[in-house]
Amino acid sequence: MDFGLSEDQILLEETLRSFLSDRVPIERVRELRHEDCPNDPEIWGSLAELGMTGILLPEQSGGSELGLLDACIAAQCLGHAVTPTPFLGSAVMVPMALAKLDHPEIGTWLSGIGSGELRFGVAITETFSVREGAGLTIEGGKVSGKAMMSWDICGADFILVASGSDRLAVIRGDADGIGQTRLATTDETRCTSELTLENVECAAIFEDASESISRMLDAGRIALAADCLGACEAMIEQAVAYAKERKQFERVIGSFQAVKHMCAEMISELEPARALVWYAAHSFDASPSETPLLACHALSHVSEIGREIASVATQVHGGIGWTDEQNLHFWFKRIGVARGLLGGPHWLRERAASLQNLDKAS
Amino acid sequence: MDLSYGQQYENFRREVRSFLEENKPSQGESPLSSGRRQRLVEWLSLQIEHGYWARTIPKKYGGYGAEPDLLETVIMDEEFNRAGIPRGMSSQGPSMLVPTLLEHGSEEQRLRWISPTMRGEIMWCQGYSEPGSGSDLASLQTAAKEDGDDFLINGQKIWTSTADRSQMIFILVRTEPDAPKHSGISYILLPMDTPGIEVQPLRTMSGDLGENSFNQVFFTDVRVPQANVVGKRGEGWRIANTTLKHERNSLNANSEGTMMKLMRLMETETCNGVSAMASPVFRDRLMQLQARSMAMKFHAMRMLTCSLKDEAPGVAGLITKLRNCQLNFDISSLAIDVMGELGALYDHTPYERDLGYWQAHSFFSLGLIIGGGTAQIQKNIISERGLGMPREPKPAKA
Repeated sequence: MDFGLSEDQILLEETLRSFLSDRVPIERVRELRHEDCPNDPEIWGSLAELGMTGILLPEQSGGSELGLLDACIAAQCLGHAVTPTPFLGSAVMVPMALAKLDHPEIGTWLSGIGSGELRFGVAITETFSVREGAGLTIEGGKVSGKAMMSWDICGADFILVASGSDRLAVIRGDADGIGQTRLATTDETRCTSELTLENVECAAIFEDASESISRMLDAGRIALAADCLGACEAMIEQAVAYAKERKQFERVIGSFQAVKHMCAEMISELEPARALVWYAAHSFDASPSETPLLACHALSHVSEIGREIASVATQVHGGIGWTDEQNLHFWFKRIGVARGLLGGPHWLRERAASLQNLDKAS
Repeated sequence: MDLSYGQQYENFRREVRSFLEENKPSQGESPLSSGRRQRLVEWLSLQIEHGYWARTIPKKYGGYGAEPDLLETVIMDEEFNRAGIPRGMSSQGPSMLVPTLLEHGSEEQRLRWISPTMRGEIMWCQGYSEPGSGSDLASLQTAAKEDGDDFLINGQKIWTSTADRSQMIFILVRTEPDAPKHSGISYILLPMDTPGIEVQPLRTMSGDLGENSFNQVFFTDVRVPQANVVGKRGEGWRIANTTLKHERNSLNANSEGTMMKLMRLMETETCNGVSAMASPVFRDRLMQLQARSMAMKFHAMRMLTCSLKDEAPGVAGLITKLRNCQLNFDISSLAIDVMGELGALYDHTPYERDLGYWQAHSFFSLGLIIGGGTAQIQKNIISERGLGMPREPKPAKA
């Protein structure tokens, strides 16, 4: 019985944390928000050197073939540092989508992700949420239509697209017929776009891929929960540190019970959520039949406590927490935008009920 | 991450399971119902003989004498739970007094009290809180004055569970009135039939005077030998903190069973011909609770791992009581809501669901949010010990 991180996993966490605080401090994030796209190829290259982009890839593709829990530790570090990176899409969702599929190019693509030479965009929102008349159709080897809130399209070498709930395709990022409009969100650390496709040639088409789509979404949801958990952790650390320094009424504000209890509430919500995310990630490899339900619960629960933590941690800072200069808003927004991606808590809970057939009650 | 128990423990689990199958008390003759003390003593003795109760207590004190092994404890709890039988007896003697005696008691006290307590021959109650000393327990005023070889005790205790049917009480009293408040307290054992002790039941909001009864206990010139002090005079506060630690550990109730019960209720409870489970609003609340319940379950596994590895869990180890008690209250709140206007039925009224479990559970959960250190005290502990935030400064004396 050992419910926790291994020594290797703790080492992974320490290594990535210290790399990010050296190389991608918040000052660097502030610079990147002025770029057309915050995803910095240099960061991606460094993450590849650290073995992060190949964390889930099979050894024959140059990966370290670790589990989703390891990937989630990385995601948690990236959320903690609000690092702009296509990690969730390229290093988690794409490898998990392609893992069980068959095509001669897959090996090359995965090796490219592992070495950092390739980055993937993902256009899969319509598998669970269709708005604004979006949706993609594949006919005669070509894909057409519109995909909303696609991730990391800027500068992507390839894009993984979904059509309906059971077909996947890969297109080249520079193929003819691709149109892209950046959809700026409050979160300046993530690249989201509208993708319009007109008879775009597919590099690969995968029929009957519903199982792969489910695994991709489960992995994505758990890793997004881990990212969000890391961001929550960072907000609590900052709130506690600030409360220990800031003085009002000739006392540090952290000695007021009103402020202490806000911090106690935040951390008491965070710690069990950490265990939930760990277990969900562990189940992905050790007990996959449990994973779909756990993925829904992990992401919806972290989204709910995340909204509260983001608000309360900002309030602990008082007015300064509301300024651009204090930087706290980067975490607030990362948590807030994650809430809507990959389902949103209400949709995820209804799916959780449906997975247990509870919605069939009459 | 390795969630298997391993072969040795799976063997142990099989042993426990077959013991329960062979020896399980039949329906309707629960050894724990009142008026069956002899049956209870026999049942507990059988458990001790097989090592499923008093497992790690040394043989000379009437225990089974095994080495402590946390996983064995977890497995015994899981298997007894599964069989719907309480393991041992969850009262304050075995859960709080015995660990304290093992840690701080004299050899004579251990030899005299531990065995009959574990066998259910002696029931204990705990005399800590006073009307003027709740969260600030160390301000307690019940006085024990030296009188020859004895103390004379005067004062009042409150929230004394089972005082009406206990033979003994372990009590905190002020023996050194001039010492600072934390160092003037002693921990004393005394019989409840000592002259000068009066017990008055204290009816709670649940109206309950049954198994979980509360009482007030009044002491007027109650004479007790000084030899009944546990540990040294004036060290009662430190000793009591050991027991409080045991109490906090025993409040880590698991919500899985209550969640199952809530789900069954929501499937069967109908309004306007539609079940509560068919309502997306109730279903959404149920799923929120399911996620929280799972998170607490995995959190408990994480904490268990820390104990097994002898690692300090840090702040994560301080939040369990706060979150579990609130979760349990919220679970009963949803159950009461899905029953609509019938949710308030109580006291064996017709149409009551689950024999009135939900209102009782709601009251009980609220009591646990307050008892054993209020939620606010928990938050002080979490922020001060867990997050290193400063204590509230003491106001300057006027």
